Amino acid sequence: MSDLRPSLDTPDVAAAEVAVAVDAAGGGPRSGRRSPRAMAARRFRRNRVAVGGAIFLVLILVVAVFAPLIANHSPYAVDLGAIRQPPSGDHWLGTDASGRDVFARLVYAARVSLLVGVAAALLAVVVGTLVGAVAGLFGGWIDTLLMRTADMMLSFPNIVVVIVLAGLLGPSIPILVIAIAAAEWPTAARLVRGVTLAVREREYLHAARVAGASRGWLLRKHIVPAAMGQIVVVGTISVAGAILSEAVLSFLGLGVQPPQASWGNMLNDAQSLTVIQSMPWLWLPPGLAIAATVLSVNFVGDGLRDAVDPRQSGRS
Amino acid sequence: MTQSEPLLEVDDLAVEFRTDEGVVKAVDGASFTVDRGEIVGVVGESGSGKSVTAMSILGLVKSGRRAGGTIRFRGRDLGALPAKELRSIRGGEIAMIFQDPMTALNPVVTIGRQIVEALRLHDKKLAKGAARDRAIELLALVGMPDAAARFRQYPHEFSGGMRQRAMIAMAIANGPSLLIADEPTTALDVTIQAQVLDLLKVAQQETQAATLLITHDLGVVAELADRVVVMYAGRVVEQGDVITVFTEPRHPYTVGLLESLPRLDRDVDELHPIPGSPPSLLAPPPGCPFHPRCPLARDRCRTERPPLRAVGAAHHSACHFAEELAAVVPTEVTR
Ligand SMILES: Nc1ncnc2c1ncn2[C@@H]1O[C@H](COP(=O)(O)OP(=O)(O)O)[C@@H](O)[C@H]1O
Ligand code: SF4
Ligand SMILES: [Mg+2]
Repeated sequence: MSDLRPSLDTPDVAAAEVAVAVDAAGGGPRSGRRSPRAMAARRFRRNRVAVGGAIFLVLILVVAVFAPLIANHSPYAVDLGAIRQPPSGDHWLGTDASGRDVFARLVYAARVSLLVGVAAALLAVVVGTLVGAVAGLFGGWIDTLLMRTADMMLSFPNIVVVIVLAGLLGPSIPILVIAIAAAEWPTAARLVRGVTLAVREREYLHAARVAGASRGWLLRKHIVPAAMGQIVVVGTISVAGAILSEAVLSFLGLGVQPPQASWGNMLNDAQSLTVIQSMPWLWLPPGLAIAATVLSVNFVGDGLRDAVDPRQSGRS
Repeated sequence: MTQSEPLLEVDDLAVEFRTDEGVVKAVDGASFTVDRGEIVGVVGESGSGKSVTAMSILGLVKSGRRAGGTIRFRGRDLGALPAKELRSIRGGEIAMIFQDPMTALNPVVTIGRQIVEALRLHDKKLAKGAARDRAIELLALVGMPDAAARFRQYPHEFSGGMRQRAMIAMAIANGPSLLIADEPTTALDVTIQAQVLDLLKVAQQETQAATLLITHDLGVVAELADRVVVMYAGRVVEQGDVITVFTEPRHPYTVGLLESLPRLDRDVDELHPIPGSPPSLLAPPPGCPFHPRCPLARDRCRTERPPLRAVGAAHHSACHFAEELAAVVPTEVTR
């Protein structure tokens, strides 16, 4: 019947959107009533490496929270009569250059290192999400300005940005967090801008405008939720980067200041060859703690990425 | 505001798009009115400017430029309203039903939440529970079986017809006084189309909203509309009440559209599709835009643009020789 009529409208069949809908629900007609989030959680749980990483992180978190119950010494008690003692029944991981218990410092340092890592990543992701969404949604010169700034931050070596900021503003934990976040936010901004540009072309966003939505509403109700999965992934991986940055900066004396312990400043003692060669209890525990935590965070991040976007599985 | 004032008054609307090839005059001096509570059909070939006109009413022409004209809604010039007021009209007093409900719904948000958000967008004080109850009520109103269960489902779990029902529920959520439906059945199976049209009628009766029904299907117009606006190349070429326009068309383009309809009382080889194709909107022909395809065209048509003028009671045509068409013998249209 329709081919007998004059050449009238043909529907805009957006096959792509149908694919998105199916994919978002878990990729398949059998996905039933599950929400996209539940499907992602199920995919994550099937990933052994990621689950292993998550379990390790929970363990570290428990240690950090219950540090006073776990350590058998104060991390600050100086004993100049017993410096750089090897591990013993009393000092499980020996003592440092001031005679402080290394094990106690290690578990207390977990608090600081995790706190700095998570806070910096959180700040970076929040700022990056806001910047990326605004850039993508407004476009024009606002986009250019914001993204050129992000590019500039990205083209600096992270560590230089952090050193300059820490050097300018003086070392303290809040400054450390801000400095690390300043180096990390462009990654999140780029990602969220990309998602915003893609979502902006979707008919449902246009439909939301037609229904009276403001830009702020589109941001809160459509763009940020659409990017949320990837934001979580980037945020997680940023935690790893932030923990490393904390370690490097504290190692260089620009981060967490003694007597407060962080994994980074515990490595401070390992600056001489004699220590490295003959006193492994001073640098091996914090070094291993950093490596294992960063690795676990990255495993979890990769697992989340695969769970959120199964099409990208296998990418490193 | 007087009783006789139309709800919507589109006057000499012009919209342009700058493209690489030049300026596209998508709407070029379109005028029509919609009264309270009536259903006005807008018909015309693809590219005649129907959707752009609809989007102009909402002040949302993507990348387009309003080149002229005014749009009055309840006497207010929509072009002069501040952005905030315009937003409260969109989805409030003027709501829209889209052609393809699959793409117009967010695929990763449940149907229920999308309706709840449509409600809360226009009533910030509405409590979540109350919004939820109202959304389920709306779903039931548009004939959604088991509305409470459907509330929690995602768009991909709905059939095309059910999605369009949900779209209609969302559109009438805030009690609009004007509903714009752009090809509401084009993306649906033929069997579902009739159901959705019936539903549009129900929604219209429920809300008492005037409806601007954009379609290329003259059968749909015949069945639902009170009046019809015929568009060609970005202009309104004829408007009047449905029966008058269908039985006494006063524009050769309308005659062509009616003659190309398949009819029960005619053999297929008696169909007369309009020869030729619509003009390029980059460089529309001078004079009457229909002249390259018009059987009645003569010299005057090639130079002088025909204005939209009264050719009967509440019946307008933009043809220099509208009166000559009185000789053509029309018959009633069947679906
Ligand atoms: N964003 C745009 N950019 C350029 N041209 C456009 C744009 N949107 C619509 N047009 C043009 O405007 C004309 C009218 O389009 P439209 O209103 O969608 O027609 P209809 O809905 O009647 O099929 C068409 O020629 C179309 O190509
Ligand atoms: S004005 Fe001329 S060309 Fe245009 S429709 Fe009328 S007769 Fe045809
Ligand atoms: Mg259209």
